[in-house]
Amino acid sequence: MDLAFVVLIQVLYAVASLVIVSAGLAVIFGMMKVINLAHGEFMMLGAYAVIAALKLGINLWIAIFVVAPIAVGMVGVVLERLVIRRLYGRMVDTMLATWGLSLLLVGIVTSVAGNTTAGVSAPLGSFSVGAYSVSGYTLVIIAVAVALALAIRFVLTRTQLGLIARGTMQKPDMANALGISPSRVYSVTFAVGAALSGLAGGLLAPLTGVVPTMGAAFVAKAFITVIGGGPAILAGLLGASGLFGAINQLATFVTTPVLGEVALLVAAIVMLRLLPQGITGRFFKGSL
Amino acid sequence: MNRFAKSWASAALSLAVGIALLFGLPGVMDDYTLIEVTIYAVMSILGVSLAFIWGFGGILCFGQAAFFGLGSYTYAIAVMNMGDSTVPFLLAIVVPALFAALLGYVIFYGRLSDVYMGVITLTVTLILFNLVNSTAGPEWRIGSAPLGGFNGIPAIPTLNWPGQQDEVLTPKDLFYVTFTCLLLVYLGLRVLIASKIGRVIVAARENEQRVLLLGYDARVYKLFSFTLGGAIAGLAGCLFANWGAFTSPTIFGLAQSAQIIIWVIVGGLGTLVGPIVGCVAIQWLSSQIGTQQAFNSNLVLGAILVVFVLLVPRGIVPTLGDLIDMAWRRWRKAPAPAAKVAAPAAAPMEPPRALAATETAP
Repeated sequence: MDLAFVVLIQVLYAVASLVIVSAGLAVIFGMMKVINLAHGEFMMLGAYAVIAALKLGINLWIAIFVVAPIAVGMVGVVLERLVIRRLYGRMVDTMLATWGLSLLLVGIVTSVAGNTTAGVSAPLGSFSVGAYSVSGYTLVIIAVAVALALAIRFVLTRTQLGLIARGTMQKPDMANALGISPSRVYSVTFAVGAALSGLAGGLLAPLTGVVPTMGAAFVAKAFITVIGGGPAILAGLLGASGLFGAINQLATFVTTPVLGEVALLVAAIVMLRLLPQGITGRFFKGSL
Repeated sequence: MNRFAKSWASAALSLAVGIALLFGLPGVMDDYTLIEVTIYAVMSILGVSLAFIWGFGGILCFGQAAFFGLGSYTYAIAVMNMGDSTVPFLLAIVVPALFAALLGYVIFYGRLSDVYMGVITLTVTLILFNLVNSTAGPEWRIGSAPLGGFNGIPAIPTLNWPGQQDEVLTPKDLFYVTFTCLLLVYLGLRVLIASKIGRVIVAARENEQRVLLLGYDARVYKLFSFTLGGAIAGLAGCLFANWGAFTSPTIFGLAQSAQIIIWVIVGGLGTLVGPIVGCVAIQWLSSQIGTQQAFNSNLVLGAILVVFVLLVPRGIVPTLGDLIDMAWRRWRKAPAPAAKVAAPAAAPMEPPRALAATETAP
């Protein structure tokens, strides 16, 4: 019974961390159709922002939930202005340019912070379930993932900003005719996506070592989740995270963490062969 | 210039330069430099493999390094088990080709678009990297070859002449073999591109729908070019394992994949010579960066990629070609008055020849 509970928490945690890792990418890819290969590096910057903030004596929670998203969001604005803006509509070129950005960011951070692992210890300690102990931070991750999904849904459906963003993505010229500047909307959307990536990096900093190359570990998972999800941003994100997270965690439980990751990626490739449009290309059509 | 790039004259020129280098370099260079040149040639083969599937097949593969690594590991494992290197050499080409065929089947027959293609190939590369990286420890071995995990496989027996296990290739021989492979791959691809199959491959890149309507199954042609690209990358991997008698998981890594794409972008997409130029230039640059500590090589490579995508999207070779073309036209225009004066004198020469042509025609 205890074991079942612990496994359930671990599966929920795997799903939640996929949601968190992929949310920023889902916003940028789903709304703007920009493949941001620098996503992992945005997360890395978020993690470094947390470390820098801690060094300045800022509270850990403020560092994670305020400093990391704002810092990376600002980086996102600058990069959108300098690079991404020139490449809208040229998907492959955007992919290449963002990959260049990802290498560039890794290079810059390596030169500045050095190629060493910095760590943040996980707060909240742990509590015990029967003979097992569960880290309290795991529950934070699950809670944040739920809050994030609700927040994205709320912003997209209930606010003026979400309405404008969705309208602009569907028909930029019509939005423009109605007096909305598409380039400003793109800029804000990209910044929000970057901020979400930064938040993800900050949240995961206590769980993984912080190194300049840490982004590579997440980028494949995040992409496969977003693409497996299909056209609907939120339903796709949740559906794909649920499926892949569960597969990953169960395979990890039976074998090793590395084989768990392999199982996730293989499952994703098989699924894309069966459902090339992703989960929401077939099911939950027309949802958000 | 564009016409020149597609003509056989350009192929002949490249081959002539290649053959001159093949026989000339060992004469002028000492062994150490020759070994350096060999690795450039190995990487050039890898670059050409991507140049073909991306530039001509229109398939953007972010995971060409996966086939490269697979070829290198296949050779290492097979040669350690077999002793003689002839079969491992062939296996190192066949296994990545089969892997590419399997992957290509999933992608092309699932009708996944370019972007998904890029992400899937990237993912597969990462899977392989993680998988191979985790195989440290004595329990991971295939036959008598330990996989070695992140430490890689050291002391790989190098190539020997077919059938004679004791006749191991010297560094100079390896240079000849590698360079010949590069020239053969180049020539083979030029012939393929000019053939009917090659034309359909290029047509499928231009407009897949129209090719389908004309009755060609574009998926088969894409699968074929992708598989061929995998085989060539595998060949490069095998030669790489021979070059240093060593292979490690880093060659599956993202940095390696990124490099290949950068070579093609920098050299010029849609050419076969461009990526070789790009490869040599970037490799040289990387080794120069490696010798000093001021800049991180990721930083420089990333900056180069961004700058080229934004400012020189066509790459060095086509851009240089355009420049030469422009200079040539300007040079031709400058002495134009002289040409006009000469024109009446030249004019009477023309009709008889035309007349002769019409007379002989029937």
